[in-house]
Amino acid sequence: MHIKVKYFGQIAEVTKKEEESLEFSGQLISELLETLHSKYQILKITDFKVAQNQELVSFETKLTGQDIALLPPFAGG
Amino acid sequence: MKDKKPKSVFKEGAITSDFIGNSIYKHQTKTSIGAHNIFLGQVRADVIDNKTVTAIEYTAYEDMANQKFHDIRESAFDKFDLTCMHIYHSLGTVKAGEICLFVFVSSPRRKVVFEALEYIVEVIKGDVPVFGKEIFEDETHQWKVNS
Repeated sequence: MHIKVKYFGQIAEVTKKEEESLEFSGQLISELLETLHSKYQILKITDFKVAQNQELVSFETKLTGQDIALLPPFAGG
Repeated sequence: MKDKKPKSVFKEGAITSDFIGNSIYKHQTKTSIGAHNIFLGQVRADVIDNKTVTAIEYTAYEDMANQKFHDIRESAFDKFDLTCMHIYHSLGTVKAGEICLFVFVSSPRRKVVFEALEYIVEVIKGDVPVFGKEIFEDETHQWKVNS
């Protein structure tokens, strides 16, 4: 599956990019995160939530491959 | 008629007092309104480890954030008897002392606007993917987290 992952705030600072495309064969968000953890080890100790299709999802959610975003703590207002 | 794509809440840079004053002025023709309530978020010059915050640089997951602002708007109109409501949030650099969030609610009666404004501001703080980089005077930074 072809997946586009977006990074924001301090996550983008760690990955040094705002988005990237990956080829991925896993089923769950958690499996995708394992792949990202091995690529960016500091993500393991970074606090973030995951949005899929612009909705926050749990790490056990099935991956549909559209609009995955790693979101650090919100700081609006 | 409703737009399909929610309109953007974001404004580049600080929200000026002119803009806020003009928003209030524009409501003078809406004479069913008996009460307005306004929340203004201002960038605080926090001192952390002897360094002072001089500005916050805001970024957002804009599509998701605008959708969230749209949802907040719908739920606020469902919950409260509001005549109108406006939300503006800054993107980019906002200096300490400048305004980064402007929420404006109006209703025929005062009690409604007190409750509605608190509800809206709390949901914005908790649910909207906006990120803030606190810039110190020596140009180092840290990432803001809403408490």
